[in-house]
Amino acid sequence: MTQPGILELLSFGPDGWGNILLAGAMMTILIALSGYATGAVIGVLGAWAKVRGGPVTRLVADVYTTVLRGIPDLLVIYLLYFGGSAAISAVGHLFGAEGFIGFPGFLAGMLAVGITSGAQHTEVFRGAFRAVQPGEIEAAIACGMPRWLRFRRIVAPLTLRHALPGLGNVWQVVLKESALVSITGVAELLRQSQVAAGSTGLPFDFYLIAGGIYLAISTVSSAVLHRAEHHFSRGVRRN
Amino acid sequence: MSSPASSVAPVAISVRDIHKSFGPIEVLKGISLDAREGEVVSILGSSGSGKSTLLRCINMLETPDRGAVTVAGETIEMLAAGNGKSRPRDRAQVDRIRSRLGMVFQSFNLWSHKTVLENVIEAPIHVQKRPRAECIEEAEALLAKVGIAAKRNHYPAHLSGGQQQRAAIARALAMRPAVMLFDEPTSALDPELVGEVLRVMRALAEEGRTMLVVTHEMGFARDVSSRVIFLHQGQIEEDGRPDEVFGNAKSERFRRFIKA
Repeated sequence: MTQPGILELLSFGPDGWGNILLAGAMMTILIALSGYATGAVIGVLGAWAKVRGGPVTRLVADVYTTVLRGIPDLLVIYLLYFGGSAAISAVGHLFGAEGFIGFPGFLAGMLAVGITSGAQHTEVFRGAFRAVQPGEIEAAIACGMPRWLRFRRIVAPLTLRHALPGLGNVWQVVLKESALVSITGVAELLRQSQVAAGSTGLPFDFYLIAGGIYLAISTVSSAVLHRAEHHFSRGVRRN
Repeated sequence: MSSPASSVAPVAISVRDIHKSFGPIEVLKGISLDAREGEVVSILGSSGSGKSTLLRCINMLETPDRGAVTVAGETIEMLAAGNGKSRPRDRAQVDRIRSRLGMVFQSFNLWSHKTVLENVIEAPIHVQKRPRAECIEEAEALLAKVGIAAKRNHYPAHLSGGQQQRAAIARALAMRPAVMLFDEPTSALDPELVGEVLRVMRALAEEGRTMLVVTHEMGFARDVSSRVIFLHQGQIEEDGRPDEVFGNAKSERFRRFIKA
């Protein structure tokens, strides 16, 4: 048996792994995007709680960011996936179901990525909001802008300007973190590479290919982020 | 610039018995003041006298603890908030009245992510919901009037302080305000840029705008305003025509203040 070349490994034919790896890459992007979006929503709420909240709201937000930034992300996935499965199974048994009922792996992954990156989003948005000149917000108040209009037209774009570099970092972290979701059996890129490596006996080749795909995704996304940064920093003087 | 008509013109803005404390410090101790249409009232006072706080209480950037503000006949409705303070009853009413008051800040406060033109049309389009084309046309006329039409597509960061402040004046005028409020508009400017802003303000006074101006510019107060008010420790110490106040001040403190 001759060693297949890289092109054959990656081909989309019956013997190739191309379509499986592509599907895995898509799943990775899907988990990262949905987890990131979940985290961004949590981050906006968390930042709002820290900036505008009363003592109790602030304490809750502080505990959340402290805990989630202080424990391993893998632990959060274990908690959600295995803890979630155990909880669902227990509830299922009440209704007469038998055996183990799995928490959906994708959902566990998305939530795990969301709540861990949410803690980082919170800090990024909070710091960015603090960097906005209070006078610019005051000018919006003074000309009679109601709260939501003010947020949409003035506060959000000015906050994003300061948040984007940090948001870019969070995205890169989330992309890599999505690989941890492979332990739940979700068919994302790393999981599919493991399968391919195992069944062909070519771990080195497949993990290198997976690395290349991760790198490609992050290179493209950093180009996109760079453009967004440029857009939102319009009007900033560069010396 | 005081015209004989100003004493019979309708009251544009009326402030009644405003009190304001920050913690234990009572900054305003019951200020009352009326400005008729077309009047230019300069508000003088040393730092800490409460003059900026007074201006900020008028458009509710600071909530007065007590007292009433009436703009163009509409009084801001206040509720007692317990703890001896008060708060506006209706946020929408406050926003509506704010849009009738053009505020110019010491530090310009232009929106840095918008060009000069975008700054000027923002509130007319989104707060007052006027047609975009009309707002742009009016904005360009205002920018020409304050002398920065050529800078309309520049971002504030690329303008000098004097240009930024003139853009901020155009932004305030674009809302067609009943009263213009100036909060130390030249205090953050390099000395050589003060003149261009004062010239614009003088032109506004001459066209009959109602203006409340918190300022340290004695020349402006003396030559342009129709009335001068001197605040000291949260109370009005002098109130009169500039020639009366500067020529024959009743208050010893004011005489010392203008000598300093």
